[in-house]
Amino acid sequence: MKLKQLESILGDVTQFSSPKIDLEQYPTGPHIASRLIYTAENSFGDISDKVVADFGCGCGTLGIASSLLEARSQTKPSLAFREDVYGYNTISLKTFLPKCFAKPNIRRVLTPMELNHVIGVDIDYEALEMAQSNTSELEVEMDFVLDNIQDLAWRGPVVDTVVMNPPFGTRRKGADMEFLAAALKCSKTAVYSLHKTSTREHVRRGALRDFKAKTAEVLCELRYDLPASYKFHKKREVDIAVDLWRFTVS
Amino acid sequence: MRLLTHNMLSCNIKGVTKGFPLSIEVQRLDTKDADFNPDFLRNIFPKLEWKAFHDAAVSIGLNDIPEQVDPTMLEDHEFLQKFHHALLEVHLEEGALICPETGRRFPVTKGVPNMLLHEDEV
Repeated sequence: MKLKQLESILGDVTQFSSPKIDLEQYPTGPHIASRLIYTAENSFGDISDKVVADFGCGCGTLGIASSLLEARSQTKPSLAFREDVYGYNTISLKTFLPKCFAKPNIRRVLTPMELNHVIGVDIDYEALEMAQSNTSELEVEMDFVLDNIQDLAWRGPVVDTVVMNPPFGTRRKGADMEFLAAALKCSKTAVYSLHKTSTREHVRRGALRDFKAKTAEVLCELRYDLPASYKFHKKREVDIAVDLWRFTVS
Repeated sequence: MRLLTHNMLSCNIKGVTKGFPLSIEVQRLDTKDADFNPDFLRNIFPKLEWKAFHDAAVSIGLNDIPEQVDPTMLEDHEFLQKFHHALLEVHLEEGALICPETGRRFPVTKGVPNMLLHEDEV
């Protein structure tokens, strides 16, 4: 699947309707999610044929992207009327007809190939419900576990790759590093994570020195567009510089 | 939650040393088709704890998983089909996972196991 296609499909992932501020529930947008997973697979082969865990999966975007990446894609055209047409009680034919056929809807039918196994973990049950609805909608399979990332216990090093967009630590100090510690403890090969660029050296030190990562590499810097999700957000949208990290485990 | 995930999860209560495998209490199962991919199965096979997988399959009513497997069986289509079905197509929707050491029940609701610990278990 091409990057653009992946990004486009991820646009259908429904996000939090009432995000919980204390959990720093921000959606991982299609732009960042597609690039994270695409890079992980195309540059490093860390997604296909692997056991992938999405830590703090929220509505499931990264996990879904992991599942979608290898999906065989067939297009199945179906004409669908634009939704706003149905809202009209009386409408002139002149307005109605162009609206009807203005944008034929090509529904992509994806046949998911179980080429990897993806598990999403989150502490919030409502988020997992949303994630389940998303996987159902997009016809991918993911298993979900309701747990606190710090308490999560696996049989051993069974997870190959951890992908995550952890809390930045703005509400609960140190939350970002807690997630990183948990991910590095659990992963067999690699951890992909997003952290604020302003914390770069802090993250690198923590990963290498405290959590015993073998390597810590910033793959690229991205702009994270955060729409105003909470009442206290004064700006309509804010742009945060984030680093996409790849850590490997000894 | 499918058996592949069950094969990886351990009880996370503080102090528990033998938290794997969790026993399964079934209230409702669901079966969903998944695309058959032999390469994936061959890849995942060495990562599985086979005895736990076999026992889990039995506990959810699947009796066609052999207790022991040798790698040559991974070329046998019939075996792979059964393996595939048990590993990836049967979902535990309602029930519980039970810690083998403490007996603590982790409920499974709508396919999601709730592994959240109480304060005194952390």
